[in-house]
Amino acid sequence: MDAAAITKALRRIAHEIIERNPDIRSVILAGIPSRGVEIARRIADFVRQIDKIDIDTGVIDVAMHRDDVGTRRELPVVRESNLPLPLEGRTVIIVDDVLFTGRTVRAAMDAIGSFGRPARIQLAALIDRGHRELPIRADYVGKNLPTALEQDVQVRLEQIDGEEGVWIK
Amino acid sequence: MNERWTRKDLLGLRELSIDEINFILETADAFKQVGAREIKKVPALRGKTLVNFFVEPSTRTRTSFELAAFRLSADVINITASGSSLTKGETLKDTAKNLEALHADILVLRHSSAGAPQFLAERLKSSVINAGDGAHEHPTQGLLDAYTIREKRGKIDNLHVVIIGDILFSRVARSNIFCLTKLGARVTLVGPSTLVPRDFEKLGVTVSHKIDNVLPDADVVNLLRIQHERQRKEYFPGTGEYTRLFGLTKARAKMLKPDCLVMHPGPINRGVEIDSEVADGSRSVILDQVTNGLAVRMAVLYLCGGIAT
Repeated sequence: MDAAAITKALRRIAHEIIERNPDIRSVILAGIPSRGVEIARRIADFVRQIDKIDIDTGVIDVAMHRDDVGTRRELPVVRESNLPLPLEGRTVIIVDDVLFTGRTVRAAMDAIGSFGRPARIQLAALIDRGHRELPIRADYVGKNLPTALEQDVQVRLEQIDGEEGVWIK
Repeated sequence: MNERWTRKDLLGLRELSIDEINFILETADAFKQVGAREIKKVPALRGKTLVNFFVEPSTRTRTSFELAAFRLSADVINITASGSSLTKGETLKDTAKNLEALHADILVLRHSSAGAPQFLAERLKSSVINAGDGAHEHPTQGLLDAYTIREKRGKIDNLHVVIIGDILFSRVARSNIFCLTKLGARVTLVGPSTLVPRDFEKLGVTVSHKIDNVLPDADVVNLLRIQHERQRKEYFPGTGEYTRLFGLTKARAKMLKPDCLVMHPGPINRGVEIDSEVADGSRSVILDQVTNGLAVRMAVLYLCGGIAT
């Protein structure tokens, strides 16, 4: 997947979000660091272009809600979560780069629950690579990418990685 | 910056790298935010058991660790010296081995002997967090002081931090010195020559015995409590004389820059090392230190307790 294909996919997701959410002003795009945050920003840009509306964005870090604490020999840095409050009556769309086992999304839902009780939670992912370990599916998918379990899917974004594209290794 | 944490213990700040200190401070940013949530609790250490083992009395540090553990969903038991078998002649190692046999995952230790946390860390699989050992180190206090300076001033590099008081007996001073000099601050120690010997200059700091020469140039003033319980007559000039020579009085506070921070690890002796007007004044960040202490301790417990051992 190259830069043009990523742009096209995210623009389509923006259209789908507008279509599925008649009350688009109630939507919060909550990115999972670090690439989910950048993807959420881009989707918000497209929504602004299409509908002339600024929708809220936020950051939801899942590290402290993961279920594998105590099993790793090294820990990554935890980022600060930041959501516009209150969440009551809002639609929070979790945004991530790759949807895989679903465990990160479960942790994100748990984290959102500690900020309040949104009306609904939806899920957008640039890539869905399959191999779910939990009953979770995405509402918006940029591209379905069938992979083998041992393969590694890498999303690279200009603002974070200095290059743009999706690679399977 | 190194983006990984790999230590099971926090024994002191002297042995930490600059990257590791910054890693803890950044992790604390994330945990400080948890305090602003509707539900101020995350499942990070669910199922873990933390033992607060305080052989020396302390209310504020112990409750701060306890609350930090609660907010991380860990289970906590508190053991104090008077209530433990140490008074019945059991050795420190035997007590700790017994705690480990109960599957304690994290041991927070306050002890009057320097090196006690290291002694246990080398012998136990559990994480050991030093909550103050003798006159050696009090790493979470050093970290929360650095965190507060960084939060209020936006940086630490190139700031002039003045630490006033009983440096010789102070583990808080040592942890502050190691942490702040690593992060690029200029540190000056002030106090009577009996309590602030010139030897400290070997740690890369300046020593002064004249507070009035130092205050006008300070970006941060950190006042240490006069530890009456550790003082011996020959070291200490007496409370009245100390206040006259080294107390941050209302009159002296006028010499400070408008944006100078006034800090104190508590508990404060009002009218001895600091006047009430200054402790409660606009420059004081003493209560911010308490709030930040919680975030820093959550970060330390999460990092050391969340590692596979």
